Amino acid sequence: MSTPQPPMPQAAAPDWQGAVAGSPYGGYTSPIPVVRTHLGHAIASEWTKIRSVRSTMWTLGVFLVLVVGIGLLVAALVEANASEGSLASDNPLSFGVFGLLLGSICIITLGVLTTASEYGTGMIRTTMTACPSRSRVLAAKAIVFFAVAFSVTFVSVLLVALADVSILSGAKSPSTQEWLKGTLGISLYVALLGLLSLVLGSVIRHSAGAITIMIGLVLAPLVLALFMFSESLSGLRDALFNYSIPSQMSVFYTTSLTNDGPTGWDPLWIALGVTAAAFAGAVWLLRQRDV
Amino acid sequence: MIELEGLTKRYGEKVAVDNLTFTVRPGIVTGFLGPNGAGKSTTMRMMLGLDRPTAGDVRIDGKHYDRLKDPLTYIGALLDAKAMHGGRSAYNHLLCLAQSNGIPKSRVAEVLDTVGLTAVAKKKAKGFSLGMGQRLGIAGALLGDPRILMFDEPVNGLDPEGIHWIRNLMKSLAGQGRTVFVSSHLMSEMALTADHLVVIGQGRLLADTSMADFIERNSRSYVRVRTPQRERLLDVLHQAGVTVVESGGALEVDGGKAEYIGELAAQHQIVLHELSPQQASLEEAFMQLTAESVEYHAHTDTPVEQPRPWGEGWNRS
Repeated sequence: MSTPQPPMPQAAAPDWQGAVAGSPYGGYTSPIPVVRTHLGHAIASEWTKIRSVRSTMWTLGVFLVLVVGIGLLVAALVEANASEGSLASDNPLSFGVFGLLLGSICIITLGVLTTASEYGTGMIRTTMTACPSRSRVLAAKAIVFFAVAFSVTFVSVLLVALADVSILSGAKSPSTQEWLKGTLGISLYVALLGLLSLVLGSVIRHSAGAITIMIGLVLAPLVLALFMFSESLSGLRDALFNYSIPSQMSVFYTTSLTNDGPTGWDPLWIALGVTAAAFAGAVWLLRQRDV
Repeated sequence: MIELEGLTKRYGEKVAVDNLTFTVRPGIVTGFLGPNGAGKSTTMRMMLGLDRPTAGDVRIDGKHYDRLKDPLTYIGALLDAKAMHGGRSAYNHLLCLAQSNGIPKSRVAEVLDTVGLTAVAKKKAKGFSLGMGQRLGIAGALLGDPRILMFDEPVNGLDPEGIHWIRNLMKSLAGQGRTVFVSSHLMSEMALTADHLVVIGQGRLLADTSMADFIERNSRSYVRVRTPQRERLLDVLHQAGVTVVESGGALEVDGGKAEYIGELAAQHQIVLHELSPQQASLEEAFMQLTAESVEYHAHTDTPVEQPRPWGEGWNRS
């Protein structure tokens, strides 16, 4: 049935990419220079993708409004209602957490959309055809998204922090460690949360599903813990409280909330570990599954 | 050149592609033909490394797709017209593809011009018609000026002018020495563009032949004759040693020349109402070839149940 095949070169084939003119397979030779692609190309491509869709502008725009708007509003409220000396022991940066809590939902959404929307539109087939290395695609997406999410979060958090410090004249002035945790630390944490969403988007391949799961992950432990009245559940309740994402975020602003649970920079290391494990799992799945 | 060897894809119990072995050669247009659900798209996805074969192998110029370092300058593919993000402009869609393969930015404008989308380059792809989406997909395939081109149902959604354009495009691409592999479920379309033909049905290879061979083998040519003096003409043709088949009110003369029959009739003063050379359509030949393997039959031949008179059988249970 099949046509007679032309003789195949038996010896190990040399790298004929460099010597297209002498290709044993004949055919057309393009004047376009052949480039060996690497991660940098994939990153450039992902950067074009993320900046050329409107959902990026929307989610980040809403994020900015929530973080800066609520941050300033809370600071103004606190300052207006504070009595003399009542703020003396407060870290002024901590009033930024409310806006950031709501804003993190935007970062989660953008993270999920970066991967999952390609499955929704069918773009993923084009992407994977252009870059057959699936781990490279996911790595490029992760790098570009993380850079964008971190920069935007850091800038808005820094803005709120500076404003809070100047508005709340009664509060103590934060130490260097508090400054680092309250700006750099929390921004890295929120960006990692977004990265986890991106990884989940690649696993679930469905935007709405992945966003729902991520929001559940953020809220469910706290909500469940709220209703654990029974004494026999107190251990679980405390663990849920301490390790819920909102309370982990608050760790970046306080020296210690409770005696147990994560303290200092712990939440960042936890998020880093979880995201790294999820990333490895997503790469493995990506290699196994059909696009 | 694309080489398939025993390529097989199973989804659970269902075999989508069954032990396909054939070669797509450079310099010609190879048509990949099969009814809906025959496994054409699955085969093409496996060629591009999107789906992993259950068994067998497919190589692009001797290499697996995922070993290609610069895939877009090697092979350009149009899989489905809407494999793009609708919110992105045509220009940005092509730009991100170009960047991923280190293709110069200038190529984006060039291919947009080739497919005639320059005017809408900054428009979002979701506002595009099916035909425009198809053109943008083709632009993406041409972006890397690749040696191999693969089109899955490229004429879908194109207007007659667009169909004409893509036919010529495929021919000229093959003329430049490129490998052109194009799938279709329309035999008539393939007859106009393809030089070589690979036919599959239910994932199995049914034919791998040159177009000329296929036409020669599968098209019956005859001359249809209509006359009021039927008996006389039959006698005359029999005497001349020409075989005639009667079909309905007309006569079909196999392999006969219209001129010869016309002259014969004139000599014997027979009146002719029709004298027309006919060619059995390739579509018919294709349908015969794939008849057993069509997956989704429209059941037009099932007997229609006669409606029973009202009230009949009310007391039977």
